[in-house]
Amino acid sequence: MVTEKFSYDNKIVKLFAYATVIWGITGMLVGLIIALQLAFPEFFNDYLGFSFLSFGRLRPLHTNAVIFAFVGNGIFTGYYYSLQRLLKTRMWSDIMSYLHFYGWQFIIVCAVATLPFGITTGKEYAELEWWIDILIAGIWVVWGWNMFATILVRRVKHLYVAIWFYIATFVTVAMLHIFNSFELPVSFMKSYSWYAGVQDALVQWWYGHNAVAFFLTTPYLGLMYYFIPKAANRPVYSYRLSIIHFWALIFLYIWAGPHHLLYTSLPDWAQSLGVVFSIMLIAPSWGGMLNGLLTLRGAWDRVRDDVMLKFMVVALTCYGMATFEGPLLSLKNVNVISHFTDWTIAHVHVGGLGWNGMFTFGLLYWLFPRIYRTKLYSTKLANQHFWIATLGIILYAIPMYIAGFMQGLMWQDFLPDGTLVNKEFLSTVDALKPYYMLRSLGGLLYLTGAILMFYNLIKTAKSGSLLANEEDEAIVLRDKNVKSTNEYWHRTIERKPIQFMVISIIVVAIGGLFEIIPTLIVKSNVPTISSVKPYTALELEGRDLYIREGCYNCHSQMVRPLRFETVRYGEYSKSGEFVYDHPFQWGSKRTGPDLAREGGLRSNFWHFQHMIRPKDLSPGSIMPAYTWMNEDDLNLDLTEKKINAMRTLGVPYPERYAAIAVSDLKKQALVIATDIVSNIPGQKLSESQKQEKINSIVNKEIIAMIAYLQRLGTDIKPKTSKK
Amino acid sequence: MTTIDGVSIFPMISLLIFVVFFIVITFMVWKMKKEEVTELENLPLEKKENS
Repeated sequence: MVTEKFSYDNKIVKLFAYATVIWGITGMLVGLIIALQLAFPEFFNDYLGFSFLSFGRLRPLHTNAVIFAFVGNGIFTGYYYSLQRLLKTRMWSDIMSYLHFYGWQFIIVCAVATLPFGITTGKEYAELEWWIDILIAGIWVVWGWNMFATILVRRVKHLYVAIWFYIATFVTVAMLHIFNSFELPVSFMKSYSWYAGVQDALVQWWYGHNAVAFFLTTPYLGLMYYFIPKAANRPVYSYRLSIIHFWALIFLYIWAGPHHLLYTSLPDWAQSLGVVFSIMLIAPSWGGMLNGLLTLRGAWDRVRDDVMLKFMVVALTCYGMATFEGPLLSLKNVNVISHFTDWTIAHVHVGGLGWNGMFTFGLLYWLFPRIYRTKLYSTKLANQHFWIATLGIILYAIPMYIAGFMQGLMWQDFLPDGTLVNKEFLSTVDALKPYYMLRSLGGLLYLTGAILMFYNLIKTAKSGSLLANEEDEAIVLRDKNVKSTNEYWHRTIERKPIQFMVISIIVVAIGGLFEIIPTLIVKSNVPTISSVKPYTALELEGRDLYIREGCYNCHSQMVRPLRFETVRYGEYSKSGEFVYDHPFQWGSKRTGPDLAREGGLRSNFWHFQHMIRPKDLSPGSIMPAYTWMNEDDLNLDLTEKKINAMRTLGVPYPERYAAIAVSDLKKQALVIATDIVSNIPGQKLSESQKQEKINSIVNKEIIAMIAYLQRLGTDIKPKTSKK
Repeated sequence: MTTIDGVSIFPMISLLIFVVFFIVITFMVWKMKKEEVTELENLPLEKKENS
């Protein structure tokens, strides 16, 4: 038998590993800042009231940084290490590997350079603007191309289960990203989602849920199937189970998205479908977790000594908890309490900090000594990291569970006379402050642990030297595509990566097709309401400001058809109300109250003051002060283009509206500005003073924002009949 | 959303597809030979011969 010598590329592993740590610390730091903003809002408003530091703009940076930068680079670190070794070959193209690395980092830099400045599409976890979306798609293809080419030149016959998870990740994320990112550019920095309202919500949560599934879960399960057997030096508990785990997981996950939209205006059948498949998801999730944990059977003594295994065991335990909780949260009676509260935040952080974070730390502690040919600088420090991080997770999650559960119940509390106990939303927020402080402490501990790790890893690297090209040899395979006798079809596709990819696409596409196509093609699915009209130019500009400031991060626009909701907010939301909303802004969290029926509830003057200094009108409010909206003039350069873009998307503006949009906008702004000035209490102004005041605010952004807020939910009155 | 005729068929079809799919996979896994499994599960572990 002829053997061939070749080398594994460890340099690419090193680069991704450093990127993981650096972006991880960055993402966690941003998370800590926004956690502190909720705990100490006055401090941030008084001393750090910059637009680019406001909660609504930083929260997308936090989520994008930890998901795509920290976990993303973590995936690729473990992937480049394991794929080469599992296939007994170097990556097919070094150029593509490095293009992938630098391209991915460039995308992250673009995110950092846009999100804090309000350049966003306004769709959660998909906030990046259209040209960055195109970049992501391009770099994703570079990654996938190199992966498949490497698989094709492999020196082993079969593809180990880890590689299936990588393939599924590639194809599914590509599909999700492309479909969710259909948007119409208005300018380089502005675009509108192709979908509107209910459709947009369905596509978004089909994406959002499966971003969790196929970005935070499947690639890490692939890593689990490689690194846990590696660390324990024994094969996976059950390879048979891993096959069932893989197919069942990717099949079921793709259907579960609608559980993010329970009790919303989403069609009932889609909601039920989401619930059923979410419940079924427990089986493959726990199958996978147990498969990982049981791999350590008979080797539990090593968990005591091996810090990497400690991290992995906690990671798997957290995975088990989060995947048990997920299906529970998708039950309507649990969801009615948990939805829009910090319970969801606790849930995702058990997954994020526990599963992804702890796994990544374990992985890095295992990798660094190996690629640097040395011992870990300090096992003691790594152990300290382990305990600090574990404590951090506990201190983060428990207060958030309490806060979520408590607030969820407080919203539902009725007095015997049928009125709400907590009429003011704010009184439910006041109760949460101690928990927000504890949560920040948990986050601080977790971040401290990561910094300790960074120090430990750098010291480790310095004590050794990088083995950039690791030599290995393998037998040349001439028959890797030859069928052996009595081979079952699954063995056959395990040898054939392209067929494998096609089957994976079919499996994940079925769910998407069945969920989305009925909503997209059946027009009657979204009943139109005759009184629902397109936004005026000023309201549209205001809506774009609402998106820019990331208001959807804290305010929902979705009154659920439940008594405690309609008593508090008014008539429940109908799907027909959102037909011109590109993108939808239903939100997923109520740090502040729902705004779906905000229009007309308060005066223009109230809104004016409230935007500039929220706590003056709502003592104890944790909303940021939007002072800059009263300082910056509304940019009208794109108004006409925006109306035309909306027309292209099917919003029925009259044909000549675009041309008169700016003058119409100015007219409406003048009405609002005049109303504000005439209602300033306790001031006798002369006509000229009044005019001066009006002129000083009429062109400001805040006027557009008020116009939008006053429009919300006013299209239908409770008795409006559907057409 | 009851406006779509026979919309309940969608969840039924999806459940059916999954059940059939699951049975096929389970059957296939059950029929796997012991040697095959051993060979496959050892792929990540070092210094085994190529296969």
